[in-house]
Amino acid sequence: MTLTKPNKAPPVLIFWIIAGWVGFCLLPWYGIEDGFWSFEWLIDGYPFDDDYAPAAFLIAQGEKLWLAPLLIPLVLPLFALRCSKSDPAYARLLVLAGSIGFAWMIAQGFSIGIRGYNFEWMNAAFGPLDDRQFGMGYGAMLCASAYLFLLTQGIAARGAVNGDVFVVSAIGGVIAIVTAFVFFPIAKMLFAAFVTDDGAYSILVFFDKFFNDRIWGLGCLAGARCGAAWNSLFLAVLVGLITTLLGLAFALVVTRSGFRYKRVMRALTVLPIITPPFVIGLALILLFGLSGTITVYVSELFGVQPTRWLYGLPGVLIAQTLAFTPIAFLVLIGVVEGVSPSMEEAAQTLRANRWQTFRTVSLPLMRPGLANAFLLGFIESMADFGNPLVLGGNFDVLSTEIFFAIVGAQYDQGRAAVLAMVLLFFTLSAFYAQRAWLGKKSYTTVSGKGDAGVHPLMPKGLAVPVLTLALAWAAFTAVVYAMIMYGSVVELWGVNNSLTFKHYVTAFSVRFAEEGIRWTGAAWDSFWTTITIAAIAAPLTAAVGLVTAYLLTRQNFAGKNSFEFGTMLSFAIPGTVIGVSYILAFNVPPIEITGTGIILVVSFIFRNMPVGVRAGIASMSQIDKSLDESSLTLGANSWQTFRRVILPLLRPAILAALVYSFVRAMTAISAVIFLVSAEYDMATSYIIGRVENNDYGLAIAYSTTLIFVMLAAVGLLQLLVGRVQIGRRKHVEMKGAT
Amino acid sequence: MNRKAAVFAGSLVVFAASASMAHADKLTLYCSAQEDWCQLMARSFEDATGIDVNMTRKSSGETFAQIRAESSNPKGDVWWGGTGDPHLQAAEEGLTAEYVSPMRDQLHDWAISQAESAGNRTIGIYSGALGYGYNSDLLAANNLPEPACWKDLLKPEYKGHVQMANPNSSGTAYTTLASMVQIFGEDEGFEFMKGLHANINQYTKSGSAPIKAAGRGENTIGIVFMHDAVKQAVSGFPVKVVAPCEGTGYEIGSMSIIDGARNIDEAKKFYDWALSPEAQNLALEVNAFQVPSNKSAETSESAPDMSQIKLIDYDFKKYGSSDERKRLLQKWDEDVSTLPQ
Repeated sequence: MTLTKPNKAPPVLIFWIIAGWVGFCLLPWYGIEDGFWSFEWLIDGYPFDDDYAPAAFLIAQGEKLWLAPLLIPLVLPLFALRCSKSDPAYARLLVLAGSIGFAWMIAQGFSIGIRGYNFEWMNAAFGPLDDRQFGMGYGAMLCASAYLFLLTQGIAARGAVNGDVFVVSAIGGVIAIVTAFVFFPIAKMLFAAFVTDDGAYSILVFFDKFFNDRIWGLGCLAGARCGAAWNSLFLAVLVGLITTLLGLAFALVVTRSGFRYKRVMRALTVLPIITPPFVIGLALILLFGLSGTITVYVSELFGVQPTRWLYGLPGVLIAQTLAFTPIAFLVLIGVVEGVSPSMEEAAQTLRANRWQTFRTVSLPLMRPGLANAFLLGFIESMADFGNPLVLGGNFDVLSTEIFFAIVGAQYDQGRAAVLAMVLLFFTLSAFYAQRAWLGKKSYTTVSGKGDAGVHPLMPKGLAVPVLTLALAWAAFTAVVYAMIMYGSVVELWGVNNSLTFKHYVTAFSVRFAEEGIRWTGAAWDSFWTTITIAAIAAPLTAAVGLVTAYLLTRQNFAGKNSFEFGTMLSFAIPGTVIGVSYILAFNVPPIEITGTGIILVVSFIFRNMPVGVRAGIASMSQIDKSLDESSLTLGANSWQTFRRVILPLLRPAILAALVYSFVRAMTAISAVIFLVSAEYDMATSYIIGRVENNDYGLAIAYSTTLIFVMLAAVGLLQLLVGRVQIGRRKHVEMKGAT
Repeated sequence: MNRKAAVFAGSLVVFAASASMAHADKLTLYCSAQEDWCQLMARSFEDATGIDVNMTRKSSGETFAQIRAESSNPKGDVWWGGTGDPHLQAAEEGLTAEYVSPMRDQLHDWAISQAESAGNRTIGIYSGALGYGYNSDLLAANNLPEPACWKDLLKPEYKGHVQMANPNSSGTAYTTLASMVQIFGEDEGFEFMKGLHANINQYTKSGSAPIKAAGRGENTIGIVFMHDAVKQAVSGFPVKVVAPCEGTGYEIGSMSIIDGARNIDEAKKFYDWALSPEAQNLALEVNAFQVPSNKSAETSESAPDMSQIKLIDYDFKKYGSSDERKRLLQKWDEDVSTLPQ
């Protein structure tokens, strides 16, 4: 424990005490209907108007008296200021204050809603309440955070995690937000699996919906159709394997070959990840569909009847492989670069040839990357929704089944919940299988010791097939994207092929009027909303993800496994389920954010955070712990160590997390479709509207524009974050390569 | 953690700049028709009344799911457009409010009977007949005869050429199923569905997907609402529209006021306005080929001529109810969808 001078309260404590008082006495307690960001309340009756009053003013006027007990935990920590930090009373006071405050916040928030008491038994016990409250506003949120961090400081003072305030607060913070924005809505949604038609709970309903031929049928072995569960599983395993393989091939070509056009290749592999949904599917249909260019050409060449082979497993597999190979690549490139050349040089010095070195040293050290890449591919495929929708044919998968259980002709939330459970079971099993495979071995390669080596090139026998594979796939990707570009500049794709720019004009025209630029194009509204939301969500996602990864790899604390499980959970759940559960959970107090931009930002943060976590874990498990230890020994605290030692070494992971979350926020569709509102419409939901309306030209032109915007953004991020400097020499011929 | 807070605060400022500060009369409109139609309705209503409209466009299934999820704290005011069944279901569950518009006497009988069967919680704004469309190029390329009746689709030469949506996921396909039951009687209707099943190449998820696939040349015959097929033809795709000779069912696109709407007065204003001939004539500007419910509103020349189509007396009350729907779908699931193709 750090020694502090007696009677000198730590600044963090003073900060949170002040924050608590400000939240209680100065800021409006409840959410403001005009939106979180409007500040009209300042001139419109504040601080006495009911809608805008801080809690202190409300109580003083004799209203919302259930908020009064919240004062006690604000007063208690004032006494702690007078104790020394090593005094047991200091810790006891803070823990007491924090837990009372936080618990009371939750209790009152859930029991009193917009229609008085939320629970029947409370009406029975206290009589009906003819008062009500809306969702939490600035004041309530600040107060809740203050209680939370008072509690964590108290726990730290009692000696948890070596009394490290930063680590305990970070754990507390992550647990609180993951509980609020992942567990709570999901639990609310999953309970639907047990609800009978008349609103009672019963386990029988669950069994009835669970043992269903449309989920578990094995008809495909006998020529009929299989259940959605088997289809999803089979597809996801295939996609996971193929994307990992292709991702590894690309990573090897980029880092360990003399191939000259790496830059082009790298850009090409990243293209699919920045492509809005549906576009790849449409391009594939135009190439390989019944009337597709290639289908027609081949059928005329060989005189065979064109078929609908694309619709079903083959089409979805191709589209998902196109879409998710870049994710595997992004995960693997960091790991392949991170493998220490010293070890490979040591192997070569011991007379291993290139092939032996690769097989026995490099490849095993890449295992965390391979496992993570497979896991991501598997989960992405399970949760993917756009591609099966366009190309699935009669091949039903869980994600689309869930979607149509909710928005289909038969609204069946229970069935959706059951399907979601099956899906969750698969993804979590994959997650645990991956951990078992990695085991407890060490994959550390970046240590504090001098490490100035050069990666050996791939062995010849490997280089040829890897390069061929990568090139063939890159060429295929290029063709698909050429088709997309072409589709945006023709009159009517597939029917009238005269060239035109009218789709771009419709979407993005501007007029220069006297008062400035007028954004007259149809797409501008959703375009700006999308950019803003993505730009806000990306850094927050990266921050939450990396802090979590740091806690998971570097700290030991009770309940770490369930903590990890919780942070991965949201990724394993398809967006559709997230979308509906967010509406169910956040349309009513205490957290009332539907119809705002916040709910979109929040859903993106928790949907995409796991990628930040995985990328962070993969990179951090390669960085030797002795680096942290030496920093700590030299007197830095854990925040300083995190900030000055680990963070700079994590640049590839930060970049991956930032890029991924920005791009996903711009291309996500399944959760978004439930969460967009009139004011906050997103590009993807707008594009789907156009596709439904046959405006393929406009949809593709918009998508193409988004692709270029994202390319620019990714480039910009790369410049901002910078490249990691591990202090290695470079191949002379690699000059200029990234 | 403080640094994180600073980053967060910084992004709040960015966000604040993009937020609107408007505080006039407003209306939140959930729209389930095509995007450009929704936009046009919202903007025209703003022009006509000065009331700000916040419009969200989602399919009728999605909107119904949302209204249901929001029921304890409704955010929307009016739900305009989309096939009638979810509107009827919403009425059945009390999610929408009763309202009798003064415009009612100007409407066609089918629009009023839609309102009456839902206890005045919804009303018809347009209607469209069920039928099918085919890609004439593909039909010729495969040397197939031109179909004219429902029963034609059962002929073995159309095997692998017919597409319809899955009635479990699409209101259009459920209307098809219910129409067959009403045209042929329940037993023969299901025999028809079984025969059709043998010729189907794919049950799509969305209702209008079969005719879009036909337009792109990915499918030959698609069973859809005729106005969807007309739209494909007008867009330039080689699609021919068929009104089946045995007669056919139809949908009634509806409008409802959401129960507990925050802007109830504005919602009623929109409701009355949307039933006026001026508002319904807007459909012509966006290639919507449905038949408007106001008697004096105009119908597009390209639209299917309802007087030439043999419409059955579709029982919306019976076939729109949750129980009947559940029963028919279960029967279809068990007796039809499991057959080998």
